[in-house]
Amino acid sequence: MIQLLAMPGLRLLPADWDWGLDGQIVLAGVLCAVAASLLGNFLVLRRLSMLGDAISHAVLPGLAAAFFLSNSRDSLPMLVGAVIAGVVTALLTEWIRSLGRVEEGASMGVVFTSLFALGLVMIVQAADEVDLHPDCVLYGALENMTMTSVAGFSIPTPVITLGTVLLINLLFVILFFKELKVTSFDPSLATTTGFNASFMHYLLMVLVAVTAVASFETVGNILVVAMFVVPPAAAWLLTDRLWLMILLSAVLAAASAFGGHVAALEVPKWFGYGSTTTTGMMAVVAGLILFLAALFSPSHGILIRLIRRRMLAFSILADDIVALLYRIQERNHETSATFQNLQTILLSDRLSLKCVLYLLIRREQVVPDGQEFRLTDSGTSSAQQLVRSHRLWEQYLASHTAVQPGSLHDKAEKFEHFTTRELRKQLSDATNSPDVDPHGREIPGESVEQDSQTP
Amino acid sequence: MTNSAPSPLSVSDLTVAYHRKPVVWDIGFDIPQGSLVGIVGPNGAGKSTLLKAVMDLIPRASGRIEVFGLPWKQARHRVGYVPQRESVDWDFPVDALDVVTMGLYRELGWFRPVRRRHRDRAMEALDRVGIADLAGRQISQLSGGQQQRTFLARALVQDADLYLMDEPFAAVDASTERAIVEILRELQRTGRTAAVIHHDLQTVPEYFDYVVLLNMRIVAHGPVAEAFTTENLQKTYGGRLTLLDEVSEAMRRRERSM
Repeated sequence: MIQLLAMPGLRLLPADWDWGLDGQIVLAGVLCAVAASLLGNFLVLRRLSMLGDAISHAVLPGLAAAFFLSNSRDSLPMLVGAVIAGVVTALLTEWIRSLGRVEEGASMGVVFTSLFALGLVMIVQAADEVDLHPDCVLYGALENMTMTSVAGFSIPTPVITLGTVLLINLLFVILFFKELKVTSFDPSLATTTGFNASFMHYLLMVLVAVTAVASFETVGNILVVAMFVVPPAAAWLLTDRLWLMILLSAVLAAASAFGGHVAALEVPKWFGYGSTTTTGMMAVVAGLILFLAALFSPSHGILIRLIRRRMLAFSILADDIVALLYRIQERNHETSATFQNLQTILLSDRLSLKCVLYLLIRREQVVPDGQEFRLTDSGTSSAQQLVRSHRLWEQYLASHTAVQPGSLHDKAEKFEHFTTRELRKQLSDATNSPDVDPHGREIPGESVEQDSQTP
Repeated sequence: MTNSAPSPLSVSDLTVAYHRKPVVWDIGFDIPQGSLVGIVGPNGAGKSTLLKAVMDLIPRASGRIEVFGLPWKQARHRVGYVPQRESVDWDFPVDALDVVTMGLYRELGWFRPVRRRHRDRAMEALDRVGIADLAGRQISQLSGGQQQRTFLARALVQDADLYLMDEPFAAVDASTERAIVEILRELQRTGRTAAVIHHDLQTVPEYFDYVVLLNMRIVAHGPVAEAFTTENLQKTYGGRLTLLDEVSEAMRRRERSM
């Protein structure tokens, strides 16, 4: 696999790709992205995406305070400081919201911007004494990771930290899968059945804070916020299963990390620049993935919706053509059923009409007859059912509702396309099986063969 | 009470306020064991608030609630809840079977995963409400009636002794309404009690045998034959307690001007 990717002919990877260096960067990025997106699923599902944002910003004063107090960059005081700051954010947000008149988003905005600003001020103060740079907090320093030696191997420190965090998050999601599901979906049921919803909430927030801190020095604030929200949001567009959504979000997160690094090396070269920051590109790639998911999602995608709308329009046009031909036959061909006339009466564009007529001829419902079009027997039968639906609706609306006589036709015209045999039977029963519609035209009988029309 | 068995739900002096404005006020009633109770009142009368306060989901200003003679925390495992449809996040990635299975989580306890036999039981409940064939549908793909049946099935698997239902009949089709009534009757036959928020006054005498008429305060409660009278209904629906509104408004104003 690795050889395959690096084969010069394929050029999937940049020419100067170095598995030693680039591999490390990608590994750290993937670990961070997956760790964040695992938790992010539940932030997105609880409509708390902003809280992930808020906490990952608001841990900054916690970190800075930990510097001042312990005077070191040890992980433990930093972690404690961050967790406290994270929980404080969640509590403050809840408290400000409960004061009333402040909606959740606004109260988060107030809390995290103030805390973040406080943290920045503290860090700028501390910058002379401690080797932490504000830039590093924002963008991370994936390209210059410190190394630790483990069992004779030199491994980047962040890989160890992020690996641990990923493991913790993974265990959390697996062990508490059921609890997370019920507290996210139905907090009241959870609480009444003894699963404390606020306990789960704060546990989640603690892990969000831990993940944010672990990601800080490597990938920075921007990426971690993107990874909390974007891959889960994309995954939600692609599936209706919770476990699959979590799995997909992890895969998409890893793909963004990998793709982000490749793009960071390659894309600037197209414009004649050197490589750019990997973390920024990771977030960009994640955004791109979300865009693609929104476009091509099989159930909610923009594309599939367009196609469905088009199909529905075609099927309605097919119904309309068949019904029109039937009415023309009924009135002994007062109008000739030429293409031109059909187009004028149905107000259709040429292309759609041509397509649908072609389909109807292939389905053997319509045959061309010189310049005109004629219904076949099967066409006549389905037209009868449509016209029957239409006239039953008119009769029903006229006798059961106060619809204006003038708009009876329009309403019936809409409903006829969605009327099944079963519904026709109910309509007929409700109107005492009439023979004629309110305009005095004959209502055709129900067809005997199996009803082929579906809504 | 003279009965030896404690009432499934006994509420006394319950007041719930939102920003000092009482939503329900000085509520007290006991419901008899094994009855189907209709909770009836106009919009904004505090019916949902009452149920939520009973279940400790919202803070109460005062009042005592006993479920089978015990405080809520000790008795909550005997209660099943059907939430109001509007309160559900229908886009959540769960299918009907998942939702019903959630009713068994209490029995499962922390950390234990859902197993096949739990899913089988959830399936049975879905079958009982007549939508077993839709078990795999994401919940937003169900019709209103089917959604309501799903939540009813969830309450059924909880195998509770007291059911609290927030408008199960709202926006459902006729056949779902019949199905729900059928299940309520069956619950009653097996000795369960159900308190149901209900909007359709016409069907109250047909569906319920006990009624609680509510409009911020209790207007009347008792067996349908005694309490569900035109006079009581007029009191319930004849406008809000304007004087009570006025005094709470005055309290708010005073507090603000301090």
